[in-house]
Amino acid sequence: MATPDNTGTEIPHDGAHPVAFPPLDGSTVAPQLVWLAITFGALYLLLSRIALPRIGEVIEERRDRIQRDLDSAERLKGETEQALAAYEQALADARANANAIAKETRDRLAQRVDAKQKQVDTEIEAKVSEAERRIDETRTKALTSVDEIASGIVGPLVANLVGTSPSDDEVKTALAKQSD
Amino acid sequence: MASTHNGAEGGMPDPIHQFEIKRLLPLELFGLDASFTNSALYMIITVAVTFGFLMYATRGRSLVPSRIQSLAEIAYEFIAKMVRDSAGKAGMQFFPLVFTLFMFILIANMISMVPGSFTVMSHIGVTAALALLVFATVIISGLIKHGFGFLKLFVPSGVPIYVLPLVSLIEIVSFLSRPVSHSVRLFANMLAGHITLKVFGGFAVMLIGSGTYAALTPLPVFMAIAITALEFLVSFLQAYVFAMLTCMYLNDALHPSH
Repeated sequence: MATPDNTGTEIPHDGAHPVAFPPLDGSTVAPQLVWLAITFGALYLLLSRIALPRIGEVIEERRDRIQRDLDSAERLKGETEQALAAYEQALADARANANAIAKETRDRLAQRVDAKQKQVDTEIEAKVSEAERRIDETRTKALTSVDEIASGIVGPLVANLVGTSPSDDEVKTALAKQSD
Repeated sequence: MASTHNGAEGGMPDPIHQFEIKRLLPLELFGLDASFTNSALYMIITVAVTFGFLMYATRGRSLVPSRIQSLAEIAYEFIAKMVRDSAGKAGMQFFPLVFTLFMFILIANMISMVPGSFTVMSHIGVTAALALLVFATVIISGLIKHGFGFLKLFVPSGVPIYVLPLVSLIEIVSFLSRPVSHSVRLFANMLAGHITLKVFGGFAVMLIGSGTYAALTPLPVFMAIAITALEFLVSFLQAYVFAMLTCMYLNDALHPSH
């Protein structure tokens, strides 16, 4: 018995030749547990301190990276939409601008045409009234001339008929009486 | 020395021989038998393989994982998900423990499938120690977290007062029997599986040397092949079940009220 196989209360037996069913043999429990504690403890420390943080880090980093990529994709999509909206806004602005310019031009032209029309109208009116005035004048002048001619004719005519020539005033009075 | 070579005594190889503990290096520490045994050797191999595998797999730390790195990550996320699902987010503080338990049992069981190797988990002492570690972790962390509130675990809510003593008694008994079932399940599965393997292998060896009946040799060989496949499944499944139950027990420590 060089090594103490019987650590306690087990049935004494020869160490080299197992009597008990090995998996249930109490005499071999102690060395197994000692080494289980050593190995399992070592594995726990190695995994929890070194291996698991390492794997976790890699997984975490990948998740972060994917998240980052998704975020930037989202951001770029937003920017694209913004640019598109800005483009559409600019297009609408330009269209409105063009419309405004066209309308303004149209208005201005119409205004100018109106003004010209008015001016021409007034000019024509002035010319017409001027012409009318001249016609009136001519007519009046003509009428006065008729009186003069008449009185000019009446004097010799009466002298021829009656033998005495009437005075100018008598002729005028007679003519005025006649024409009334 | 009757059981020297493979325990073959009467023609039939002894299926129990493989579980024998051999003291490779007798050692005594503080009056305790701490001999370096074949079991200890395989425990060390298990630790080396587990740690070596994980470190080798993640040596590149690549963003796009290699196959072996995927394997390590799958193991990590498999256990992480298990812990999170059954013990909640607070359970993640026990993640290293559950992961170590799972990997230790899984790799020990896988190594035990190599012919001629030792099955660490086929000894009740080892599995009982692991189960008691979990049991103690549950009780200690439960008491630290909830104090006497931890005892609510034995008082299910919504139970009529007149059956409460009976229910509590049942709860206490079931709680105390946990480490027993926890350890025996693993131990018995590994033990029975390896005995069955050995028995069928032994049949094949016996038949091939038995003259006329040697023609029947393929039968136990096929059986041994089928059982080998089954044993690989059992090896994984038992590690999984052990880790899963650990998570569920830890859940009790974290959330004692049902």
